[in-house]
Amino acid sequence: MSTNEFYSLRVNGRTHQVQDSWIGESLLYVLRERLGLPGTKGACEQGECGSCTVLMDDAAVCSCLVMAATAIHSEIVTVEGITTETTLTDVQQNFVNEGAVQCGFCTPGLIVAVHHLLEKNPNPTELEVKEAISGNICRCTGYGRVFAAVEATIRSRNSEK
Amino acid sequence: MTVIVAKELSTALAALREHADARLIQGGTDLMVEINFNHVKPTTMVSLRDVQSLRTIRQDSPGIMSIGSGVPYSVLEGEPVLSAIPALAQASRTVGSPQIRATGSLGGNLGTCSPAGDTLPVMFALDAMIHLSTLDSQRVVSIHDFMTGVKRNVRQHDEIITAIDFPIVQGWQGYSKVGVRNAMVISVASACLVADHKHADVRLALGSVGPTIIRCREAEAWLKSSQDLTAGQSISLDIAHEFGRRAADESSPIDDHRSTAQYRRHAISVLASRMLRKAYQ
Repeated sequence: MSTNEFYSLRVNGRTHQVQDSWIGESLLYVLRERLGLPGTKGACEQGECGSCTVLMDDAAVCSCLVMAATAIHSEIVTVEGITTETTLTDVQQNFVNEGAVQCGFCTPGLIVAVHHLLEKNPNPTELEVKEAISGNICRCTGYGRVFAAVEATIRSRNSEK
Repeated sequence: MTVIVAKELSTALAALREHADARLIQGGTDLMVEINFNHVKPTTMVSLRDVQSLRTIRQDSPGIMSIGSGVPYSVLEGEPVLSAIPALAQASRTVGSPQIRATGSLGGNLGTCSPAGDTLPVMFALDAMIHLSTLDSQRVVSIHDFMTGVKRNVRQHDEIITAIDFPIVQGWQGYSKVGVRNAMVISVASACLVADHKHADVRLALGSVGPTIIRCREAEAWLKSSQDLTAGQSISLDIAHEFGRRAADESSPIDDHRSTAQYRRHAISVLASRMLRKAYQ
């Protein structure tokens, strides 16, 4: 593929054509600026902050560090595709309930990371939760509210069983 | 710019032959930062992300585990590596964050060859062997000959690092790292210690305290001559401290934005003596 050549990406279960882009663009940039999916946030663009976390072939990755054109064989899920419902997911609702959202910039990345964690490990220990979101930086909440939202989700999922 | 997404190793190797300006990209966790900030402007990229043959872990001969250059750290953290090469699993777990470990790989650590590369001290302590391929040839290079300086190595333009062979050693081994927090940290100083009960010796390699990883041959030789290093021994505090002091002497750190040479030397002496005591508890 060369500069300006079209390529397609599988995002949130749909095939999207990427057009008029520079081929070295990051997946983050392509999602936001080419595909109209601004839920994924960009802050550091060097893999430090985790705001741009998406799922790629079922792994949580920093989309700023993925060259979009190399992801043509991958399935990508963004925060917009984390549910097919029009309502909030339980994780999102618990973030609201527990006050885990303040400025909100880190929230989409955290939501993706937490969904991914609970999918792989429905009953994580406190340390496992901390490690799972250690790549997501939040400068407002001090993480206490975030941990509370994760715990609330685990509790409610377990009580529904 | 052109992007070639290879599915077979031979496709990637042919692309390197054809394009003298091609850059390899595997996980992208190093190179994409440079591209995002316009520090490099590659004209041809060859992506190894989809080359499945680089993502295998094999144990063909009994004492050797051969790890594909594209196996992500998130896999290296767990079995079978955790039991066979615990220091490598530990070092892998200290790399970046879960997001970085999901795509970063040994091939990237070797390709970049930063003195702060977390898995490099493990390769130096275990005398790992690096497999390199071109379209029509293959060679195996000792890690000691592979890394030649800060971000410098002997890989030729048309070569791809395909796998790394790690000897499986009987005895305690570990990796320790000093940084400002647990996650997302580039090491200020790091060390890998391997106790080899069969050969009755201890090997120590240091990261972030010199232009290459440093293998502490003199401290190792001193320890072997002053202490029985077979299984079941214990190490006195005096021996451990002296070992740490000698390891620090062999390091060659600098002052930079991350730390000072003096602190790095101190950190090495503490890491080395602590791990030695742990190895013979």
